Amino acid sequence: MSLYSGTYSPSGLSESNPVKHPGLLARLHLDLTLLSSLILLCLFGLIVLYSAADQHWAAIYRQLLRLGAAYIVMLVIAQIPPAIMRRWTPAIYSIGLLLLIAVLVFGHVGKGAQRWLDLGVFRFQPSEMMKLAVPMMVAWFISERTLPPRFRHLLGAMLIIAIPAFLIARQPDLGTSLLVASAGLLVLFLAGISWRLIMGAIGMAAAMAYPLWYFMHDYQRQRVLTFLNPESDPLGHGYHIIQSKIAIGSGGLYGKGWLFGTQSHLEFLPERSTDFIYAVISEEFGLLGVSLLLSLYAFIIIRGLYLATQGQSTYGRLLAGALIMTFFVYVLVNTGMVSGLLPVVGVPLPLISYGGTSLVTLMAGFGILMSVYTHRKLLPT
Amino acid sequence: MSQLDFKDFRQEKRLFGLRAIQSGLLVIVLLLVVAGRMFYLQILMHDHYQTRSRDNRVKVLPLAPTRGLIYDANGVLLADNQPTYTLELFPEKLHNFDDTVARLRELIDIRETDIERYNKLRKRRRRFEGIPLRLHLSDEEIARIAINSHEFPEVRVKAALLRKYPLGELTAHVLGYVGRINEKELSKIDPSEYAGTSFIGKNGIEKSYEEILHGRVGLQQIEVNVGGRKLRVLDQSPATRGANLRLNLDIRLQRAAYDALGDYNGAAVAINPQTGGILALVSKPGMDPNLFVEGISSKAYTALKDSPDKPLFNRALRGTYPPGSTVKPFFGLAGLETHTRLASETTFCPGFYRLPWHSHKYRDWKKAGHGYTDLNKAIEQSCDVYFYTLAHSLGIDVMHDFMAQFGFGKKTGVDLPGEQHAILPSREWKKKRLKTVWYPGETLIMGIGQGYFTVTALQLASATATLAARGKHHVPRLVADIITPEGKTIAPPTPRATQIERKQDENWDTVIQAMSNVVEGSRGTARRIRNEHYRIAGKTGTAQVFTVAQDAKYDADKISKKNRDHALFMAFAPVENPQIAVAVIVENGGHGGSVAAPVAKAMMDAYLLDNTKQEPAR
Repeated sequence: MSLYSGTYSPSGLSESNPVKHPGLLARLHLDLTLLSSLILLCLFGLIVLYSAADQHWAAIYRQLLRLGAAYIVMLVIAQIPPAIMRRWTPAIYSIGLLLLIAVLVFGHVGKGAQRWLDLGVFRFQPSEMMKLAVPMMVAWFISERTLPPRFRHLLGAMLIIAIPAFLIARQPDLGTSLLVASAGLLVLFLAGISWRLIMGAIGMAAAMAYPLWYFMHDYQRQRVLTFLNPESDPLGHGYHIIQSKIAIGSGGLYGKGWLFGTQSHLEFLPERSTDFIYAVISEEFGLLGVSLLLSLYAFIIIRGLYLATQGQSTYGRLLAGALIMTFFVYVLVNTGMVSGLLPVVGVPLPLISYGGTSLVTLMAGFGILMSVYTHRKLLPT
Repeated sequence: MSQLDFKDFRQEKRLFGLRAIQSGLLVIVLLLVVAGRMFYLQILMHDHYQTRSRDNRVKVLPLAPTRGLIYDANGVLLADNQPTYTLELFPEKLHNFDDTVARLRELIDIRETDIERYNKLRKRRRRFEGIPLRLHLSDEEIARIAINSHEFPEVRVKAALLRKYPLGELTAHVLGYVGRINEKELSKIDPSEYAGTSFIGKNGIEKSYEEILHGRVGLQQIEVNVGGRKLRVLDQSPATRGANLRLNLDIRLQRAAYDALGDYNGAAVAINPQTGGILALVSKPGMDPNLFVEGISSKAYTALKDSPDKPLFNRALRGTYPPGSTVKPFFGLAGLETHTRLASETTFCPGFYRLPWHSHKYRDWKKAGHGYTDLNKAIEQSCDVYFYTLAHSLGIDVMHDFMAQFGFGKKTGVDLPGEQHAILPSREWKKKRLKTVWYPGETLIMGIGQGYFTVTALQLASATATLAARGKHHVPRLVADIITPEGKTIAPPTPRATQIERKQDENWDTVIQAMSNVVEGSRGTARRIRNEHYRIAGKTGTAQVFTVAQDAKYDADKISKKNRDHALFMAFAPVENPQIAVAVIVENGGHGGSVAAPVAKAMMDAYLLDNTKQEPAR
């Protein structure tokens, strides 16, 4: 902290900037606007969860505990200056990779996939850590070099992304693999690679679809097939998406009212407190509620992007921008899959779905974002 | 960092700013796409999804009607519904079938056949429907499961009514049986009527009166959760139980015939000539119809199907046999009514008959011959030569037309499924079926009920009843009354009785008198069933299974049992006021008078003699 005493500290440059008298939040390296939006979102999430979890207070308590832990993580990380993060980035990334390999070798198998590492005291999911470590590493790698990145640097960056993404996909956890890879790719996008390259990559990806299909697990293929035609298997794999669409569509403009969603409460909707909670919101609060929710998300993301642009170092900007855009990918993939626009991949609705792992990672991301925004040396212009 | 690459921080920041703005725009556009999707689902498609949501939530549960009962003429219960407890599994709650079965086996007995049936049924049902694993749980088994029910969320004990045929084999070929509805039947029935029913009549009365026995389905609107668990009843209309049936069948006759047939295979049918009501309809051997209700194991079914005695085959309805001499009274009547013969006209019987200009000998069963034979003697002693001669005079066309009046060669129209029409040959029939002309020799052997001519036991009984009633013909009927759930008695739909045109009543009396002499006469072929209580008019018959060479002698002992002749007997009683007409066919029984006639006698005794002399109906 002493290293950067100039940044927002009550002493130091206060005289040259007398209007900006830092408050408590500033001293805690937090952005009021973003923080209050996040709290609003989480509160809304708790209200929905109360309904989705059949009014069990126990679920609310557990979720509150997790939220508390996640906010503390955010607060702690917000205190770490981006420069320190940058210094530690290669180490964090390397440890993450080792842990991923360890998971494949010693990991705990849960729900048909190997994701957990049992550390005795608690179980740890290294793939979650990589959601942060990969964009950090890519940002570190890119920001050392000139921007926009040269083609050969891009190859290096792609390797940084591909190795963990591949390891996670092997667990197998397609959803997380996708999020990790997109976090890394978003860094590259924000770094300014040319649109021509982007289009070329999209074309390549399309061409890769066939071999990818070949390597996919049966359940992953089934999901793709079901996505293309859910009605073909109404009692099996298509069941989730059909019931979800019924829940959303029957909600109408105003919704069936809080606690009155029949699809949710009569258990037709599967995974309704976790991955499919968006359908509960749509059913009970209708298009109006959903529009408000999407607006709140849009606001958070735009605010996040703005905060990222205010970062002082290229590393900080790239990392912060990639993290907020990853948050957006969460929103897009989840709402897209629940409403039948995208295939079903296990991505939660950020900060609303029940469950703790992604919550902590997401809030850690917001911690980084806040840190990037608040740790600034005010340079004379 | 390369020395050549000059890092322009200001430029980098501007570039990032640009990309951030582009990202922001992308975010807004994509979120608008999601919002558009929501608009499509929640506004444009709202009605569609609202309906589907309601369909999800509200289930219309069918309430299965109780199947109507079946009684015999005296009120003996023949088909009952018995409460039974079935152990059902719910596949949607089932984690591991083998594990559940293993744990259940610690409590109750589950056999491999149960598992086999479960797997068969599982393929046809939806996953939240219960599938029967074990049937007929005892009280003790129910208790054991109840105590441990918390360990078995996937298991339910369900009470249901199961069809039961208390007399088993005795009524199998009359009642048929019910069984689980199969794909083919599903396409024929109204699925909503059968929504709550898993059984349907497969054969016999159960099939032909299915609609009446089934009743009408009731409905219950309930709110359910995804497991199909009932949360509350919204509305209901009760089911209407099926109507009961009272049959003309008298189980005492049925049993008498069954017992009298002993170890023989065969068929016996008794009809009330005054009404056409079927008093008995026996096909032996039968099988236990209760096996089919629960779903017979494939092993047991194969055993029944492949048995040489063909227990699944309804001989009374579907077995076609040459009528042999039992048709002689009909041809005798034809001779009189067509003025081809006078009753007193005699034919000389030297023991064989030769067609003019032919050498082939048509033999009489009595090698020495009957000498001069009139109609009465010809029927009483069953002279073949008399009827060869008569047949030659009548000709095939007259014979066919006359016999057709008695219902030979066509279905009787009985209220049972699967009846055979057998064959009453004619020139046209032969041309159509065998593509050849009719030969005169075929006319001769038809005159003694051989050749192409075949009958079913039911046809023969019906024709005998028509003869007994002096030409009045009723379509045979098993069901006497339909008793509605409200207690009203309705007559089942019955075709109107018809009357064969009688030329001269004396002709009928003459033939019936001759039939009476078959039993009463000192040389009558069925004299062994003569009795002091009532007079019987009848005719024996022997149907060849095996053709004996022209000069060989038929020797029953030398011929294996399955090639032995079929014994037939048709009769009615009392002669003065016919109450019962009977046809009996005993497969490989040898001579009609000695084997088939006593069966008919046993049935008549059961029907005509004082009830107290009989064993009480069980």
